[in-house]
Amino acid sequence: MSESLAPSAEAVCAHCGLAAPADQRFCCPGCAAAFDTIRAMGLDSYYAQRLLDPAVRPPRPDGEVRQGLARLATTGADGTHTLLLAVDGLQCGACVWLIEQMLSRTPGVTQGRVNMTTRRLRLSWRGPLEDATRLVGVIEALGHRLVPFDQAQLETARDQTGRRLMRALAVAGFAAGNVMLISIAIWAGVFQGMGPATRDLLHWISALIAMPAIAYAGRPFFVSAWAALRQGRSNMDVPISIGVILVTAMSLVETMQGGEHTYFDSAASLVFFLLIGRVMDHSARAQARASAEQLLALQTGDVTIIDPAGLTRSCPASSVEPGWQILVGMGERIGVDGEIVCGHTTLDASLVTGESLPAAAGPGAVVYAGTVNLGLAITVRATRTGEATLLADCVRLIEAAEQRRGRFVVLADRVARRYAPVVHLCAALTFLYWWAIAGASVGQSLLTAAAVLIITCPCALALAVPAVQVISTGRLMRAGILLKSATALERLAEVDTVVFDKTGTLTLPSLVLLNGHEIEPSDLRLAAGLAASSRHRLSQALLAASGPAPVAPGVVEVPGFGLRMVGPTGEIRLGSRPFAGNRSAPLATGPELWLSRPGRAAVGFRFGEQPRADAGPVMRALERMRIQVSILSGDQPEAVAEMAELLSISRWEGGCSPVDKVARIEALKQAGRRVLMVGDGLNDGPCLAAASVSISPSSAADLSQTVADVVFQGERLAPVLAVLRMARRTRTLMRENIGLSLVYNVLMVPLAISGHVTPWLAAAAMSGSSLLVLANSFRARGERLMAWK
Amino acid sequence: MEMMLFLLLLSLVLGGGGLALFLWALRSGQYDDLDGAASRILFDDPPRQPAADTTPEERRRRA
Repeated sequence: MSESLAPSAEAVCAHCGLAAPADQRFCCPGCAAAFDTIRAMGLDSYYAQRLLDPAVRPPRPDGEVRQGLARLATTGADGTHTLLLAVDGLQCGACVWLIEQMLSRTPGVTQGRVNMTTRRLRLSWRGPLEDATRLVGVIEALGHRLVPFDQAQLETARDQTGRRLMRALAVAGFAAGNVMLISIAIWAGVFQGMGPATRDLLHWISALIAMPAIAYAGRPFFVSAWAALRQGRSNMDVPISIGVILVTAMSLVETMQGGEHTYFDSAASLVFFLLIGRVMDHSARAQARASAEQLLALQTGDVTIIDPAGLTRSCPASSVEPGWQILVGMGERIGVDGEIVCGHTTLDASLVTGESLPAAAGPGAVVYAGTVNLGLAITVRATRTGEATLLADCVRLIEAAEQRRGRFVVLADRVARRYAPVVHLCAALTFLYWWAIAGASVGQSLLTAAAVLIITCPCALALAVPAVQVISTGRLMRAGILLKSATALERLAEVDTVVFDKTGTLTLPSLVLLNGHEIEPSDLRLAAGLAASSRHRLSQALLAASGPAPVAPGVVEVPGFGLRMVGPTGEIRLGSRPFAGNRSAPLATGPELWLSRPGRAAVGFRFGEQPRADAGPVMRALERMRIQVSILSGDQPEAVAEMAELLSISRWEGGCSPVDKVARIEALKQAGRRVLMVGDGLNDGPCLAAASVSISPSSAADLSQTVADVVFQGERLAPVLAVLRMARRTRTLMRENIGLSLVYNVLMVPLAISGHVTPWLAAAAMSGSSLLVLANSFRARGERLMAWK
Repeated sequence: MEMMLFLLLLSLVLGGGGLALFLWALRSGQYDDLDGAASRILFDDPPRQPAADTTPEERRRRA
């Protein structure tokens, strides 16, 4: 899509694509500067090649300077510093290209590479460590937000596991391919009169390729099976491991005796097929987890600390130490737990306690990270996390709940527990029959038993579950729903009760303009123009109500009070009641903003919470799925009652403490219900952990997002419905797949027991059933996720 | 018979070469960003600037 560089009728900013003043090319000076920089670098083909995605944050520079980056950089042996950053606002490949080209032309940078899959930028440079701020500033000036990752915490064993699986897959693929090639020669030789010496030679070569490969590539299964057996359990990997090891050992004995049939090809391809399932399963989940980490990283911001000399500087919230004083301006989110030292204000604690109405707070009041300061600037003294009772309580409750939750046994393992003994008994009986009754030699009887094991080795069964899961996980991820837990889909399929938190879950996480219909559109536009240059929560809510607005020129922020600018007829103000409001107007129950200008009465904007647009239809759809819906909220009972009535939910409870909430969830579980908890607040953390399965929006508190099994993005509630529907569909497909592979076994096992299975028949049957199961799994792609019916 | 041994060896060498190449690609991070690789091909690399991996001082010294 090419974008016109000349101002069009609707006036769209040539850089960020948002609304611009009618006669301007740009919405703000930041965008104009970014455009000029890109032109000057000769990179303006960016504008012709990019494709702006409305769902992604537009590339409008916000002029923020990020501090404290140097601390998170690592320095290599050659003096190169490296920083890993999350990139917000990546629209398409052109943005990646722009960032990389920009960095390659910046002196000092040795490497700047964006990973589009994980949306991370790896930045390396030579020179002073403090250059980090300047280099990151180069990209932030283009309108992309960059947030540093703490590399020590991030580069976990996850990637190691992925690479190990990939290496195992490569080795297994090599072995399976080559052994199969040799096997085809052997099978053909049967008809073309191959001599026994040649056959034995080929068997030996197969053994030499297959055995080391299986020993290496089969480790993921052997390790998992051994771990399960040591704990006295069984899982899908136990029959797989026994099958692979026995078949390989039998084939080796057969080769040494110069026998006719060996099964090295089957064993190697079995490992190869199963590893494909493992690798895909792992990468789908790793990607979902990386996205969840990204969302969390983008949420954390810097805090402004006041040093003993009285000077302010910003630093990451994670590096604040107890006793430090922190300045929290109007509209800022408090980054740490602590207590107010000076200043009186109104605090919005909806993300912490679930209370929707802001409350007044003064010196001595305890505040928690995540609370938003709606009033005047305050100074907070940081306390240790352990001292903050609410957070500490929540963490303790979460730990207790997770211990009680117990281990969920996945469908595949449940099937394996019943299936494995039957299969092994079958093989043993086959051996006894041929050896004791039919009078065959020990070797011949063992070989027949091995054929039974090969045929029943749960290849299709072990592919049945991961194949469906991978497709479902990918499908949900494209819809902005991140599955963090491997067993989440299976647990979700069993859900018959959904418990919602109210504030921030049923309602939108941000405040909403309530009296928009009473306000003249011209007033709203004017106010939005002022608000566009502020990051205050109410300004953002105002902008959301007015739609994108061009930034009014010459707006000055009066810290703690509001915004002002000089208009044609005098000063225009937007801010608090004492600053810009009508002091005699009736007091509002919620937060408010006032707009004043010379010669006109002040206009009041009232804000409050509003249910998500599709909350009602989602509740109805859940009821149609025979799912019981209820609300558990920490907010005042009156507010909860109002919301319950609005959404026609008959079961609700307000004023719940975190302990109450956990108790209610546990009671439901005691009554045999499978509970899905959907919540966002810090106070929801414990019951997210206590419920059978849990979902939280991406606007949730850090702790809750970490605990939840599923995280969804966006302003709608439909993802909750979509994930439940997908889970049920996934379960159906998994059962079909397991059914299919059992039917195949029932058909083939009699052949194996009667000794009619030859290696080529085993190989063909195994591949055939695996392909059938895979084909069936692809039906998960057709599911319509967000539809109501 | 000699022909078959030769072919067997050849297939193993070719297969092993493929395996080695794959492991090398994996180690050098070529499978880390499949989405990025797909879209990177669409953009031209402008002529390389005077070696971007040197510091300004080094560049001056060279010039």
